[in-house]
Amino acid sequence: MNVVALLAADPLLDGELRWTPLLIVVLKVLVIFVLGLVGTMFMVWFERKVVAGMQNRIGPNKAGPFGILQTLADGTKLFFKEIMNPARSDPWVFRLAPFLAFVPAFLVWSVIPLGGDFTEGRDGTVTWFGQVTRVQLADPPVGILLVLAMSSIAVYGIMLAGWASGSKYPLLGSVRASAQMISYEAALGLSLAAVLLSAGTLSTAGIVAGQNSLSNWNLVATGFVPFFVFLVAVTAELNRPPFDLVEAEQELVGGFHTEYSGIPFALFYLAEFMNTITMSAIVVTLFLGGPQPITIGETTLSIGFIPGALEGTLWFVLKLLAFLYAFVWFRATLPRLRYDQLMDLGWKFMIPISLGWFLLLAAIRTGDANQWNPVVVVVSSLVLLGLGYLLFVAALRVSARNREREGAMF
Amino acid sequence: MELLVFVIASGMVLVGAVGVVAMRNPVHSALGLVLTLFGVAVHFVAMEAHFLAAVQVIVYAGAIVVLFLFVIMLLGVDTAEDLSIEPVPIQRPLAVIIGVGTVVLVGTAVIRTRDTIARGPELEASGDSNIRLLARNLFSDQVLAFELTSVLFIVAVAGTVLMTRKQKRVAPDRDRVGS
Amino acid sequence: MSLFLRDYLTVVWFGLAAVLLAGLLLGVSAAIRPSRPSYDKQIAYESGVDPVGMGWSQSQIRYYVFALLFVIFDVEAVFIFPWAANIERYGVFGLVVMLAFIVLLLDGLVYAWKRGLLRWV
Repeated sequence: MNVVALLAADPLLDGELRWTPLLIVVLKVLVIFVLGLVGTMFMVWFERKVVAGMQNRIGPNKAGPFGILQTLADGTKLFFKEIMNPARSDPWVFRLAPFLAFVPAFLVWSVIPLGGDFTEGRDGTVTWFGQVTRVQLADPPVGILLVLAMSSIAVYGIMLAGWASGSKYPLLGSVRASAQMISYEAALGLSLAAVLLSAGTLSTAGIVAGQNSLSNWNLVATGFVPFFVFLVAVTAELNRPPFDLVEAEQELVGGFHTEYSGIPFALFYLAEFMNTITMSAIVVTLFLGGPQPITIGETTLSIGFIPGALEGTLWFVLKLLAFLYAFVWFRATLPRLRYDQLMDLGWKFMIPISLGWFLLLAAIRTGDANQWNPVVVVVSSLVLLGLGYLLFVAALRVSARNREREGAMF
Repeated sequence: MELLVFVIASGMVLVGAVGVVAMRNPVHSALGLVLTLFGVAVHFVAMEAHFLAAVQVIVYAGAIVVLFLFVIMLLGVDTAEDLSIEPVPIQRPLAVIIGVGTVVLVGTAVIRTRDTIARGPELEASGDSNIRLLARNLFSDQVLAFELTSVLFIVAVAGTVLMTRKQKRVAPDRDRVGS
Repeated sequence: MSLFLRDYLTVVWFGLAAVLLAGLLLGVSAAIRPSRPSYDKQIAYESGVDPVGMGWSQSQIRYYVFALLFVIFDVEAVFIFPWAANIERYGVFGLVVMLAFIVLLLDGLVYAWKRGLLRWV
């Protein structure tokens, strides 16, 4: 518990407020902000380039080396585009919606551990200008819930954008999108519970600190299933292919942002890619040990010539890139789901399986602590399950008969 | 500094609350509600109840208001209601009475107990003390209430099923058709 | 000022930076972009033909059903979190209590499923 107590807040902010820590905080805000922005622009280019490669095309190659400045060029173009506000739109909400999409996307970035020194028991802190600090903007005690909160706020950006446009396609797109996002948010929250079982804390730094070797990575410790549920839920939450029904071009033109142009559109676009990066970072933090180096047993794979403080960041970036690549890969490979398939996957598969797996993990942990006899437990739970199912079927029968008498047809 | 946070959060709550009542467009009212809920969340943070603050945003702002917005879209906002027609004739005087009554009740309660308001258990230095205390309460004194919550949820699901249920005879009285 | 509040304050700064950036982008663009509104440009886009009816249409009850179910499962997750983070403290008692809670809710889901509420026709 002591370790967790130390980890709960950034040691930088302990004690009296002085100038140096304050400056470091300001510096951190600026650096992480700029990193986020540059990362987003990189992601736009990366996605286009990788998808192009997978489709045997060249992709952006004119602006800058390997076309890396393409995003910048596109962004500059958007500055000069006329903004049209549809006559039937709701002017205030129409202008507010891009902010509601853009700001939460950034806020998630602030609780992710971006690096740190994990050598010789420093558990993730680094020393800058004589101050001990974490390589993460803030470490609130409920960090991971902040991520959930922000992703639930992001629903508003999409929902209100579509509603405020005063046009049919955006409205349809936004209602669809928000129903999709809330459905998968439920699965997201429930698979998170499995991570909390093994982490025992809600702070993101605490979750990373617990995953100090490969067998302690939550990916392994929670038995892979929560990871897959989380990954699929995140993809749906991001409205990325194969779950991009929001902007199913054949049906809805551009979805919720059909009526947006110029910079407001750019804000939605940036928010989308920003969210892709932050959510990949969340997956890395929760399941793959964040900036922790890969440790198998006693041996740690360390990159020798890089100082400890930077090594964490390097590991983090490597893991992050793997996920970004995976997301692009999904897009290039998987065909889009139909809406009923999407809802079925969310409600009939993901939610039951994540709840069931969570219960299983909890039972295994409690059983381990109390030395239960596994055979007795398994047999008695199967018997209970069977009894419960029979009871349920009987109840359904009775209710069906009652409905028959009343003449309802559903 | 705490005072500043308090003032800002209270401002958010009040502006949002007035907005909910005063806005003509139901979606704008819902946005006012979100602002109010956010202000309450900030209050919770200032009182070091982070878990509650996060839950406030996740459940209220993230789920319940979204539900409201779905209802608004279900009804269609363009069918603006005529405010001069009162479905329940005494609702305005009733609202005034209930409003004033609540203010008086809460006001007296605060004034009479201001010295004796019990302080909760001291928080430990650890940031996880929040959920630890919450879990302790859930699994000791409140365990029955906790189980009853799940019964409440079941009732809600059953209610939803009932609501979407269709009648076989095409009922001439439209009030009885659930969907 | 409490330690916790300071941690959140940095998050607020970060959020403010994001708002400022978005505002700045919009402001710069407002200064340099052309603005020649006309009636035709402001018509809602409906694949190039004139829009039919009102832009705000009624949506279906199915969305409401899913939103309601979402509220239920969201609250459930919130109840699970404190226990999941402290599972060792409550042992078998906690497991049984939680089992009852979760199984009742799963029951609700299965009931809604069996009655066709989750079917998206």
